[in-house]
Amino acid sequence: MKQLALDALDSAQRPGVTYADVRLIESRDRELGTKNGKPGQVSSDESVGVGIRVLADGCWGFAATDDLTRTGVESAAALAVGIARSSALAKKHDVNLAPEARHEATWVSPCRIDPFSVSVEEQLGLLTAIDNELRRASGVTLAQTSMTFHRSRQIFVSSIGSVIDQTRTFSGAGFEALSFQGDQIQKRSYPNSFGGQHQLKGYELIRELDLLAHAPRVAEEAVALHSADQCPEGRFNLILDGSQLGLQVHESVGHPIELDRVLGSEANYAGMSFLTLDKLNHLRYGSDFVNAVCDARLEHGPGLGTFAFDDEGVPAQSSDIIRNGQFVGYMTSRETAAAIGAPRSNGTMRATSWARLPLIRMTNVSLLPGEQTLNEVFGGVDHAIYMETNRSWSIDDKRYNFQFGCEIAWEIKNGKRIRMLKNPTYSGITTEFWNACSAVANRDHWVLWGVPNCGKGQPEQVIGTGHGASPARFHNIKVGAAYAG
Amino acid sequence: MRVESNRAEILSQTECSELFGAVQQAAKALGISDIEALFGAHCGALTRFANNTIHQNVAEQGRWISIRVALDQKTARATTNRFDLDSIRAAVEQALALARSAAPNPDILPLPVPSAISEIKRFDVETANATPEHRGRVVSEAIRAVEGNGQTAAGIYSTGQSVEAIFNSRGVAGWHAETMAQFSITAMAGNSSGWAKSSAVSHSAIDPLALARSAAEKAHLSRDPQEIAPGRYTVILEPAAVLDLVGQMFGDFSATAVADRRSFLTDRLGSKLFGDNIHITDDVAHPLQAGVPFDGEGVPRRKLTLVEAGVPRELAYSRSSAHRSGVEPTGHGFPLPNEIGEAPLNIVVAGGSTPLDQMIASTDRGILVTRLWYIREVDPYEKIMTGMTRDGTFLIENGRIARGLRNFRFNQGIVELLNKVEALSPAVRASGEESFDMVVPAMKVRDFNFTEVTRF
Repeated sequence: MKQLALDALDSAQRPGVTYADVRLIESRDRELGTKNGKPGQVSSDESVGVGIRVLADGCWGFAATDDLTRTGVESAAALAVGIARSSALAKKHDVNLAPEARHEATWVSPCRIDPFSVSVEEQLGLLTAIDNELRRASGVTLAQTSMTFHRSRQIFVSSIGSVIDQTRTFSGAGFEALSFQGDQIQKRSYPNSFGGQHQLKGYELIRELDLLAHAPRVAEEAVALHSADQCPEGRFNLILDGSQLGLQVHESVGHPIELDRVLGSEANYAGMSFLTLDKLNHLRYGSDFVNAVCDARLEHGPGLGTFAFDDEGVPAQSSDIIRNGQFVGYMTSRETAAAIGAPRSNGTMRATSWARLPLIRMTNVSLLPGEQTLNEVFGGVDHAIYMETNRSWSIDDKRYNFQFGCEIAWEIKNGKRIRMLKNPTYSGITTEFWNACSAVANRDHWVLWGVPNCGKGQPEQVIGTGHGASPARFHNIKVGAAYAG
Repeated sequence: MRVESNRAEILSQTECSELFGAVQQAAKALGISDIEALFGAHCGALTRFANNTIHQNVAEQGRWISIRVALDQKTARATTNRFDLDSIRAAVEQALALARSAAPNPDILPLPVPSAISEIKRFDVETANATPEHRGRVVSEAIRAVEGNGQTAAGIYSTGQSVEAIFNSRGVAGWHAETMAQFSITAMAGNSSGWAKSSAVSHSAIDPLALARSAAEKAHLSRDPQEIAPGRYTVILEPAAVLDLVGQMFGDFSATAVADRRSFLTDRLGSKLFGDNIHITDDVAHPLQAGVPFDGEGVPRRKLTLVEAGVPRELAYSRSSAHRSGVEPTGHGFPLPNEIGEAPLNIVVAGGSTPLDQMIASTDRGILVTRLWYIREVDPYEKIMTGMTRDGTFLIENGRIARGLRNFRFNQGIVELLNKVEALSPAVRASGEESFDMVVPAMKVRDFNFTEVTRF
């Protein structure tokens, strides 16, 4: 593979080309599922191809192909250069890149149990057992389970001499129980919605999740929601579980700090950001309890955004984003770092496949754990509403106004659950919300969640991101507006 | 526009047929008689611009073959983008191994026999062959139109071709090629923005300059947007806003979704659910539609009357869901195996006779919405959706656009909305970002529920 990538790089280095990089990727997927006791998705996928990115005449061009013959690769390289030159028809200035060192490395992500070596019978057997358990609860009208595995090997080579060989293995699994009664459909999922939990791990993740043991409770909760009271409308102390808070971080911290959005690259589709450049080091993003980082290093955890090098050959880094409530950093690329005078990219360029251009994407954007115990988070106020597991999510195109719905909630009095609530939603303005943070649970309750379905770019790229979070409390939050009308 | 008979060089019908021969040979060597192969190919390019300059400019080409083995009540799929004989053999072996690992599923039927598939001509040679220089010139002109107003442009112009084909060992042989062009643009002024988008089989059916001028005009008209209190308002939804919102309900017009009791049509089919003026069909052959005339098993798509005078009438059926219900499949099934079943994908919402300007002129106080954003389902049975307005939201007073407004969050039930449609414009092919392209009218709707206002 390496020689093929180097040949592609040679093809791309034509007169007028000032920079080129090549990503040759070989990937493998397995997807399994069940529905109401019957096999659902049972499939595998493999793909190989090359993406060639060049800077010529001061403009970018990119071409990708799965034709890996000499002719196919040379054609793609020529097309990338031709596209870059055509970009000059609407050029305002030459693209500049922040400096980056040459790197040579081989890296394989930790994977204790190769998920592709575990038999499909065993994997489907576990899913079927969970499915059966879910349907033991009277009132469950739909049970669904799923398991996904992905492995990709990427050879990155660039005209500054970098040669980086990375292999990463991801696993994910989860299940959901739906209950239809009268005029309502209620749902509970485990360990999260969006197909459960997803991490940079092998099959050991599936065993750690202990899926079968949680099936009876989840099924019973789905049915019990029909008898629960409607979540009230008003302003309340709000406690969020870690998985929901992870998505809150994703939408109201992760996306706004993408520097390409800030600079307008996504204006026509994913939108821009309220975090204009004047706010760096000046905006009070949250309360003192709020500390967030963007961290792609393995030391942070095995997240969907964990790697050794990003997709333009920059090493994984940890960058402070919010420090004691103060906004202190963006996610950058070599181009956007240069645009704001930063000395170096902090390494967040990622593409979904060989066919797509790397963009600034969240790596692992995490809320760091606080110091409170779980009892202090729940018991620190007389009265609160605790919400768990995302059901709906929406935020405006500059990332100010958001609304989330959760699958289930409980009213909390003096730290104790006193009644279950259905159809909980909450909404707010990003900075007001984070400034209302009054407690964050400690590292004992911190989990690095995987969000597998983050969309951005045109053509759209759906990628996985990581978000560490522990349960946290917020005061005076608007609850229930979605059902108030 | 030069629409020719379906013609694509990226993966011809003959090539698919020969490749399927190799698939059958590999299957035969393994003792398998029932086998299916889906073929796909895409060759496309997209020129993206922002800050009045081209900043991303890409092209991709790829092909894939996806093989499904059908044993007795067991099935599985293996997909590869390697087309050499060894890789095809390996994919067949993989599909067989996966199928053998699965438990029997009584919903899995034997492979279908062929049904006549009507050819639909949706291939424009010029769109297939559009060059980077062509896209660059078109984009430059659009940028100049926006920049000339002192505004900033961002958007995309894409052109490309795709092929989808299905062959099975019982003689099904479906092949379809089509082209698609898409142009969208956002014009940004100091504190406002406007947006426009269009898509078509031929790039010659798109007028990028007119779209750029429309976006610029909206940005100008919505300058210095004011905040008004959220609440229930009469709203005029432009076609893109209609498809983005109403499009969220069509996954529920699936027989499998109803059988799973996850559809809002559960226990409601055949009863009056929407207003008398709501008529919706699914019609792959509609001249403004795009897409493949057969489904994931090679069954020809037939036209469906989804809603007639406010009454949900027909559902989409795959072979499996049709068999369970004792009806004929409608040709809307997804490739097997899957949990979802089927869905209508070629929506045509019947229009009316009230042009957009007349809707505005007849409104004493209301809100005109260009586009909606980040729409998600809050309640699955009442089909309450939340989302934001974006890129051109206007207050209408005394029959005229009075000023731009700050954007709203809405929480609106689609069932309720389709009972409160006061006027419909003629239907057009519309393109948004939250749902797939459809043929839809603009709608004037009373009591639309805005619940919050954002900061811009």
